[in-house]
Amino acid sequence: MSLAEWTTAASDYAERIDNIFWLLCTVSGLILLLVMALVITFVIRYRRGSQVERGELPPSLKHEVEIGWTAATLFLFLFIFWWAASAELAALSPPRNALEIHVVAKQWMWRFQHPGGAREIDTLHVPADTAVRLAMTSEDVIHDLYLPALRLKQDILPDRYTYLSFTATKPGTYYLTCAEFCGTDHSRMGGKFVVLSPAEYARWTAAQPEGDDLAHQGEALFRTLGCSGCHTPGSSVHAPDLRGVYGRLVHLSDGRTVTADEAYLRDSILLPNKDVVAGFSPIMPSFKGVATEADLVKLIAYLKSLSASASRQGAPP
Amino acid sequence: MSDVSAAVREPWPDLTVQRQGVGLGIWVFLASEVLFFGALITAYGIYRSIHPAAFLAAAKHTELVYGTINTVLLLTSSVTMTVALRAAEARLRRATIGCLAVTLVLGVGFLLCKGLEYRDDLREGFFPGAGFPLADPPTQLFWMLYWIMTGIHAIHLSAGILVVGVVAMLFWRRVLPVQDSTMEGIATYWHFVDTVWILLFPLLYLVGRI
Amino acid sequence: MTEVATDMTLPFAPVEETGAASYLDEGHTIMSWLATTDHKRIAILYAVSITIFFFIGGAAIALVRLELIEPHGWFLTSDAYNRLFTLHGIIMVWFFLVPSIPATMGNFLLPLMIGARDVAFPRLNLLSWYLYVIGAAFTVYVVIAGGVDTGWTFYPPLSSNYANGQVVAAAAGVFVVGFSSIATGVNFIVTTHMLRAPGMTWFRLPLFCWSMYTVSLVMVLATPVLAMSLLLIVAERAFGLPVFDAAHGGDPVLFQHIFWFYSHPAVYIMILPAMGVVSEIFACFARRQVFGYAFMVYALLAIAVIGFMVWGHHMFVAGQSQLANLVFSFLSFMVAVPSAIKVFNWIATMYRGQIGFEAPMLYALGFLGLFTIGGLTGLFLASVPIDVATTDSYFVVAHFHTIMVGGTVSAFMAGIHYWWPKVTGRLYHEFFAQFAAITMFLGFNVTFLPQFVMGWQGMPRRYHTYPEVFQVWHVISSLGAGILVVAYTLPLIYLGWSLFRGERASDNPWHATGLEWQTPSPPPKENFHHVPVIDAEPYMYHETGHPREPGEPTPVREQGE
Repeated sequence: MSLAEWTTAASDYAERIDNIFWLLCTVSGLILLLVMALVITFVIRYRRGSQVERGELPPSLKHEVEIGWTAATLFLFLFIFWWAASAELAALSPPRNALEIHVVAKQWMWRFQHPGGAREIDTLHVPADTAVRLAMTSEDVIHDLYLPALRLKQDILPDRYTYLSFTATKPGTYYLTCAEFCGTDHSRMGGKFVVLSPAEYARWTAAQPEGDDLAHQGEALFRTLGCSGCHTPGSSVHAPDLRGVYGRLVHLSDGRTVTADEAYLRDSILLPNKDVVAGFSPIMPSFKGVATEADLVKLIAYLKSLSASASRQGAPP
Repeated sequence: MSDVSAAVREPWPDLTVQRQGVGLGIWVFLASEVLFFGALITAYGIYRSIHPAAFLAAAKHTELVYGTINTVLLLTSSVTMTVALRAAEARLRRATIGCLAVTLVLGVGFLLCKGLEYRDDLREGFFPGAGFPLADPPTQLFWMLYWIMTGIHAIHLSAGILVVGVVAMLFWRRVLPVQDSTMEGIATYWHFVDTVWILLFPLLYLVGRI
Repeated sequence: MTEVATDMTLPFAPVEETGAASYLDEGHTIMSWLATTDHKRIAILYAVSITIFFFIGGAAIALVRLELIEPHGWFLTSDAYNRLFTLHGIIMVWFFLVPSIPATMGNFLLPLMIGARDVAFPRLNLLSWYLYVIGAAFTVYVVIAGGVDTGWTFYPPLSSNYANGQVVAAAAGVFVVGFSSIATGVNFIVTTHMLRAPGMTWFRLPLFCWSMYTVSLVMVLATPVLAMSLLLIVAERAFGLPVFDAAHGGDPVLFQHIFWFYSHPAVYIMILPAMGVVSEIFACFARRQVFGYAFMVYALLAIAVIGFMVWGHHMFVAGQSQLANLVFSFLSFMVAVPSAIKVFNWIATMYRGQIGFEAPMLYALGFLGLFTIGGLTGLFLASVPIDVATTDSYFVVAHFHTIMVGGTVSAFMAGIHYWWPKVTGRLYHEFFAQFAAITMFLGFNVTFLPQFVMGWQGMPRRYHTYPEVFQVWHVISSLGAGILVVAYTLPLIYLGWSLFRGERASDNPWHATGLEWQTPSPPPKENFHHVPVIDAEPYMYHETGHPREPGEPTPVREQGE
């Protein structure tokens, strides 16, 4: 293990963050030096009994000085806020067509599922120069995926999805750790974060022993769990058509309109009465306890694939 | 009647300033209570905005009759407490003690009514956990808030009843003169407990009913 | 400067010694202490209690730092380690830092500084100490019964559904001690509003009094929210109620919002009194008015108010929206401005002063440097992208310890030494105190500067075992902790010694301004024999053109003169 595996900036974003960090260090260092210089100077020059001029300062000078350093501090802090915030905003919008990897955290291990079906435990392989989006959930307590080389971390919550998007640029072996205290073996919940060149990643994926990709497995589950009993055209039960649902705007029975993202799809399976679609009755049973976390990942992948194929076939949304 | 000067306590210079001080002290304490209940009511507000349908469905099962009786009891007790305070300012000892007694009885009445309501709620299974009668999980959030909000309110009311009882006893035994600064404090506290109920009542009993 | 000045006039003290001259002589039985309503005795009760808990919390972290010498641990199980750092956090935050300056120095000095005979509600004051003791008893139970391992932050679902330690007892202890804070806050607010001596207008109050007032506002308004957050955790854990349970549509992040709504103002509860102490000390030991008194007052108020609006900066990676992140980041930068102003004003107070280097001043100078470092690293953390990289790492741990230990504990030590003669009537041994102050400063830096480094490198916090690359920093840090053990133990020894063998103090050994120095050391039970009347601003160490000579009386006079 070498320190570089922790501290290398493995993406453009990480390098930008390092620049902000070093700028802040410089500014802080200068301010600290100023403070120390003033203190040491005053403490020596004005020590008790020293023969130097002391007298009252004119009040107008006092006032100007106070306003002056208040304003200067305010502007400096505003500038730092603006600089840091603009770096943050620039990194915000995850690009479409990101490679989506599902992350499941549980005490005290990580499961990563690649869209091609590859599964790994405690090690995450990603391709460089590719937009990656991690969709993460926990099976128990709050965890946090920390990727020091990318200068990124995000809390992982139970029964919800949180996301981490990045584009790594430097192939290498780095580390991932859990960064939200999660119990006894919190400090052992770490692993490797491996950035491969796109070609190597393709080779690696192909070499994985997994069979069908997530969407196909999800399609199988859609039948075996009974979803297709209601959610197919021609069913006697009046249920929303799920072709192209992912990413669509959905009108709910209480008047709200929401976007059908992963969280919506997941909630619809586990808490079906939470967001009932307008024009439908709340008769869908909950699949809590029936569909496992892994099942949910596959079902959602299948539903997403319906959108992709719908848009390809030019079917109406 | 007790000597008024005995009512002045260290380090106050005189009774008027002491009364003002106690008044200010109780209001500052109530500010902390506002934040205490405020956090709980905020949690209610947030969960209700996330699960409006579930809250509506769950709140249908609160007992409006019990809730209304309790509201009447508590509002009346605030009236009697106010009368007690005015009587104390006018140095009417018996009237003060009498009104405090009525206030206490009304407060105890509230608790009894609440106890009966809790018994009914439990009999129908409206305590979150196994055997909860409603299927949609977020309905249990409403009922969790119901138990915690009314429970904490009842604890505050019980504390008020205890203090009212003790103070009435101290007046009766002439340990404290009625014009002591104590009435200021307990009256303000009692009104606060009443006000909290006035906030809780629509949140728990009037959802979907008005 | 420690010679006894016997010719000092004492307008408010008896000319001749009477039998029970001081508050310490009013009864020597245990009951006279346990049933006291004298704010000065209650302050001492608190001082003893928080000192005991400081060393318990310190012992916990000494074991932690010892364990961290080895990357894979060597004498603790992970569960034991987790319980030790949790205990350290709970004890140090709620049983030491929060009460530290307000309940000891605030209780003792606030009435003295405003010319009152006691606080507004002396019996409530005693109750507040008993609430502390009851809360502390819960915590002792937690230790005996095996500990709690959730971290001091009690996040669900870990704390409610997965932890297997004494969560309920620990939460109950913190809940109860919170009401001790609230009681103290209510008392101080009413005292400051209503019991100021004639002529003591708001803008003649010493800055320590302003800091007690503002901290009381924060304690009264923030602590109840903590109480509710813990009550909800207990409801979930002990009664099985789904409060933050995502499976029922609840949200564990809601707990974080409620918890941090208190816990961010809590850090201001911990620093505002320290700022008040330090202002008093710079004025006295530079023998000069505090520069920019009005701005110092407004800065205290601004920190208290804006401090309520920044809690989300603890949750930048918790799942908040980006808009929330930006708003909280902006407000966090804003709250740093009044703190910076205070640093500049303390430095300017020294300009053209007559600076001495007694122990209180050494501690105050240490505060100045360390608070500056801590505050600057706060700017790093207020920037969202830097925080995303460094939150939950040792960088944050170093940041908050720099402020709380480098800042508040330094100021606490400064105040203890400064007012020791007033409270005890004895002088401590200056050389040992100066040595301890310097040792503490050095020990602190050796402990925490390495933590900034390894935090940036990626070392996560709350880790029992860790990657070997970070070992060098952990070893240095643990060495520093060892130095701190010495620095904290020394005062116990020489201060304790001074109680029995120390030179007797005059009423004003520092020749300081302030009403507390206008009564004997130690003061009589009723503080002043005559109600003082104030007709001048605080810190009248010099007037325009005329530096005040040591021994020259400060312009306060008896009522009627």
